[in-house]
Order: sequence, then structure tokens, then C-alpha cells
Amino acid sequence: MTAPGMVVVGAGECGVRAAFALRENGWTGPVTLVGAEPLLPYERPPLSKAGLVSDSAGPVTIRDAGAYRDADIELVSGVEAAGLDTGAHHVELADGRRLGYERLLLATGARARPLPFDGTPVHLLRTHADAVALRRRLVPGTRVGVIGGGFIGLELAASAAARGCPVTVVELGPRPLGRAVPARIAAVLAARHVAAGIDLRCGTAVGRLAPTGTGITVGLADGDAVEVDVVVAGVGSVPETALAERAGLAVENGIRADARLATSAPDVFAAGDCCSFPHPLYDDRRVRLESWRAAQEQGAAAARSMLGGPEPYAAVPWFWSDQHDLSLQVTGLTDAAVGEAVRLRPDGVELWFGLGAQGRLLAAAGVGPGNAVAKDVRLAEMLIARRAVPDPAALADPAVPLKSLLRSPVSA
Amino acid sequence: MPQWIPACATDDVDPEDVIPFEHAGESYAVYRSPDDVYYATAGHCSHERELLCDGLVMGGVIECPKHNGRFDYTSGKAMGAPVLVDLRTYPTKVEGGTVYIELA
Repeated sequence: MTAPGMVVVGAGECGVRAAFALRENGWTGPVTLVGAEPLLPYERPPLSKAGLVSDSAGPVTIRDAGAYRDADIELVSGVEAAGLDTGAHHVELADGRRLGYERLLLATGARARPLPFDGTPVHLLRTHADAVALRRRLVPGTRVGVIGGGFIGLELAASAAARGCPVTVVELGPRPLGRAVPARIAAVLAARHVAAGIDLRCGTAVGRLAPTGTGITVGLADGDAVEVDVVVAGVGSVPETALAERAGLAVENGIRADARLATSAPDVFAAGDCCSFPHPLYDDRRVRLESWRAAQEQGAAAARSMLGGPEPYAAVPWFWSDQHDLSLQVTGLTDAAVGEAVRLRPDGVELWFGLGAQGRLLAAAGVGPGNAVAKDVRLAEMLIARRAVPDPAALADPAVPLKSLLRSPVSA
Repeated sequence: MPQWIPACATDDVDPEDVIPFEHAGESYAVYRSPDDVYYATAGHCSHERELLCDGLVMGGVIECPKHNGRFDYTSGKAMGAPVLVDLRTYPTKVEGGTVYIELA
């Protein structure tokens, strides 16, 4: 049994950030970071983008090996955490080792949701190994069927198209990106995919998958069928809660955490894709955020809480997605909005603002070439954080700099 | 041999904003503070080479437009994860309504 200290289970973006943040916040005792994959921790966002397009793309490491040594973080890679005893304060690893802890962070992430079809090989995309396996299949002319028109599905559709593959995307909902992106912004992306030659089929389910002599038939609920060579599923993710559940922790759409990211077990915290927590900017609605930046920010916040910090986690949600030459940015919770304002900039870029019942800004989204929307979406994020109630006419007027709206009245 | 290179006119940059400048195949970012002092840094973020000129400038800080890495644009200092490497900075001067930056 090692000397107890801080243990972080999960070496993705969140766990790595937490481990380093413990050091940055003055913790000098042991820090152990446990990761199931046998690689130096790496960034996941490139996996569906450059990591698929380029044959030579290796994993983009978050920190180099020396950084872990310099920070005296013990990195245990390629070993799953198999058990957790919250009473005895130890984690059992799959190789039989037992790690005692003073405080534990569960940053176990999420896994790709599998499709309910047996007997047909279907690619998923969550890890570097998944990306390598998929891109080996993506040679020019390979027909690709993507099931799910969410972020992963659309990003990998764009990447496959960039490799010269004909792509069909099948989305159950009436339009792509249904849950998190407002309709008019999603429509810009949908049009871009169609312009790139991608066959985008919305409002229909996949009824069956059947291997044929030459490929795979994707049978659709509307009676049509598409013949492809490779099927990839991008139908969402499932929080990794098994370890927590076996240990008796409360689970509610992820490991249930409080405003400081503390779980129901003493000295155990949770952060990133695996956990849900009440968000103070949205009436303490319980949310689970799956994004690179939320993983980072929650990792850092959990580290502060593990060291006794009292602050609730209150960062405004934010994420981006790159598809073809367009980049989408979304901040806040779009589904919390009951009203909207739309700004059409002179450069053709459209920005959407979601408003609450009392006019508070709750969300914003925009899509444009490169980083064209970054400044405006960042300013919207700052407005959301200060609970601003901006004049909707000013939001819609491209002649009014969003920066000037930082002086807007705020909601109580 | 360091050289003063004309980068832009003083009013090409709004107060508390940034514009891009290219010279000899390299990208630079030119900043104007709220009190009209001009600064220059490398054009790309030290994290994943995003162009900084699309980022937000506020309170002496430039933010990477993609990953929100923050730098003090007056000193180039990286202000914490995900950015760990400082930005290179360049001296500036203003003469006759033109902003010059000194490049080696």
C-alpha cells in the first residue's frame, strides 16, 4: 500500500488538469493519476478531425512525460481501476495493486454508446486506437455510413469526405445537432455538409444493418437502404459510472456531485464527462457537460475543492466543433432559452442569442469560417456569467459592439 | 540585424483590440491598449498554433480564440493551462501615424 495522498482515476483532459492543478494550488503530498489507456494522456478533440484526416497523426499529448516527472505526479497508465472502497479509502487496480487515498477524484469520462445491432462490425470513435482503426479504412472511394448527426458524426463525416470517401449520414431527429445547437445555426452546418457532397438523411432511423458480399446494407426505417463499406456510430456517449456505482455512490445522469463537485461519499470528488452537478447560473439545474473545456475547468475546480476550497463550480458551458472550413462555438445552455435575438454580421456570419423569460442572456451560438465567431461568443459568455439582461435590439444590431453590452443591467 | 518594420497605421487597430500583421512569412499580432499604447507579439498561440488575432482582448490580456489560453500581451506571459509557454514579444514605436515593430 502506497502512502495516501491524492488519487485521480481517469487520465483524460479532466484528470490531467486536476493532477497538475493540485500542484499549482500548493499540494505537496503524493499525487497519483491512473489511466486505463496505455498511452501518455492525450487530447481527444483531434480524434474526429485532424487525427482522422492525416495518416501520420499520432496522439496529441496533453503534457510531455517530463512534465509529470517535474510535477512529481505518478502516472499509472494502461491499468483500469477495478474497485473502490470508500470506507477504507482505497482504490483497487486491475493488476491487484491497492492505492490508498486521502482524497479521490473520479474523472472516468464517458464511453461511446454502442449500436443495438449484433453481427455487423461497427466502428466507434472515442480513443486514439479507435481513430487509427477507422482511418485505416478511410481510403478514397470507401463508402462510409455514419449513424448519428451529432458532433462526432458530423465531424467524422467531414473528415471522411476530406479523405475522398462518399459519406451518408443518418440522423433520427428532424435535423442534425438537435439537442445542443439552435436550428438556424445547425442549418448553416447542414448546408455546408450537403455542399461537400455528403448525403444527409434526417428524420429516419436505422432499422437494420446487414453484411453483403460487397459491403454493408444500412436499412432505414423509411424503407430506403444505403450500401456502404464502413459503418461508424456517433450516437452519443454514456458516462463511465460503473466504478462509482459498485462503490455505492449516488448516480444521477453521471456520478452525482454537489456544487463543489463532491460526491455522496466522503473525500470522493467527481469531474468531467462522468459527473452531473447543479449549475448556479441555471437555477441549480443538474447538468452533465461533455466538452473539452468543461473537462479542464472542472478538473481544476475539483482540485481546489479537494484541497478544501469552498467555491461552487460556476463556469459558463462552452464548446466548439470544426466541420469542413467552418467552426461552431456555443456557450451557455441553449435549451434553457425561451426567446431569441439574431445578429447578422456584415461578413455574413450569423449569431444567435438565447434569452430567458426576464430577458437574461442564457446562451449564444455562432458558426463561421475559421475563428470568425470566437470574439463575439466569448463576449456572450462573459455576459451570461454576469447574468446580464442586454437590450435584445442591441444584441441584434451588428453596429453595436458586444463589448459595449458588458455595461448592461444584470438580473438579481 | 534588428530592423523597424512598419506594421500598420495607428488607427488600423481599435483601442483594446488586436490585428494581424504578416512579414516575411511570419505572423505577428499588434495590440492597442485602452490608453493607446501599442504592443506586438508572435501571431500564433504557443499551445496549438491558433491565430491570436481572432481572440478577445480585454484588460491587458489576449485570449486564444479556440482554447482560451490567456496571455498578458504587454509581456507575452502565459497565464496558465492550457498555455504554458510565453509568447515572444517585439518592441514597438509610433512615428507619423505608423506603428513599427522591431524584428530581428
